[in-house]
Amino acid sequence: MNFEVIGTGHYAPENVVTNDDLAKFLDTSDEWISTRVGVRERRVCTTETTAELAYRASKNALEMAGTNPEELDLILCATISADDASPSLACNLQKLLGAECPAMDLNAACSGFIYMLETAAGFFARGTAKKVLVVGAERMSRLLNWNDRSTCVIFGDGAGAMVLSAGSSYLASKIYAKGNTDVIRIPHPQGMSPFYKNESEEPFVLMNGQETFKFAVNAMTKDVQEVIEKAGLTQEDIAYVIPHQANLRIIDSAKRKLSIPPERFCSNIERYGNTSAASIPILVDELNRDGKFKDNDKLVLCSFGGGLSSAACVLEWKCR
Amino acid sequence: MVFEKLAALVADHLGCEVEKITKETTFESLGIDSLDTVEMVMELEEELGITIALEEKMATVGELAAYIESLTA
Repeated sequence: MNFEVIGTGHYAPENVVTNDDLAKFLDTSDEWISTRVGVRERRVCTTETTAELAYRASKNALEMAGTNPEELDLILCATISADDASPSLACNLQKLLGAECPAMDLNAACSGFIYMLETAAGFFARGTAKKVLVVGAERMSRLLNWNDRSTCVIFGDGAGAMVLSAGSSYLASKIYAKGNTDVIRIPHPQGMSPFYKNESEEPFVLMNGQETFKFAVNAMTKDVQEVIEKAGLTQEDIAYVIPHQANLRIIDSAKRKLSIPPERFCSNIERYGNTSAASIPILVDELNRDGKFKDNDKLVLCSFGGGLSSAACVLEWKCR
Repeated sequence: MVFEKLAALVADHLGCEVEKITKETTFESLGIDSLDTVEMVMELEEELGITIALEEKMATVGELAAYIESLTA
């Protein structure tokens, strides 16, 4: 026993920031950003909190699922940009929803959403939850150095959610981590302890682009093959690959190494940028609402990012 | 030896004659950006069975080849 997806939702802040908007204060251009990263515009919060993004995405997913917040047995949030160190994003969201169930966050950076699906699968396997809300929500704009043209052009804000109910859709999965602080790191603010002696760092995204690219392509290629094999399927059986939207070039490179037909790889990075843990549920919701999924379609979700971490799973889609 | 392999990869990537690539050719003049370079380095890693950490930017095909050679020596 694991779960099936009974509702999806997403929400992104209204403020659209185009590459040309960025070129007004950064030495960059639409041409550079769109060919190196694949992003044309992203959404950036002006007044919305991460919890509000999560709340609106969750409302959309709950509505599709025909589920009231009071029916939820568990709220799981994947994020690295919660509004508060405490309460967790999940508790902030629970308050907004008026739900009455345990709620917790998980940090596996961009891989967080699939890590949370894996966590949810454990609760379903033990029979301790009937309805679970899983959310990926990020306000990456808070964690960026807006003077650094090599990183701030990549990311965006947004949230995606899924409502899960008992079922058997989660066919196979893999979660992976390889502790590393050189490739991707976002330091926390140092605080103000008069006793702490280490030099303070700016609390913004630090990234070695080339090494990130290498890890991402290798992880995606390997994880996708592994979960398909674990599920007893072949690459030809996969209806859609829904990868973390980090950089279009990563997806293109992995695409060439896999034998799944290229048109089955999905992407919306052009409009959202990299929304970290939110990217997969946002994309799944857009495809779902577009009516792209047929009953029993085999979907591969895969992600990679800070940690370093990576994760992938095969979902058998159920139309309702 | 690494240079010949790298030049062949670059030529293959661009769909041009391998003779056009010299040690002095810059990646920039070929329109090859940092992510294209990583993709080629990844192919070389597989072929040579080594891990190549890209710490600094290499401007020319010859520089990158010499760097990789120093790792295999």
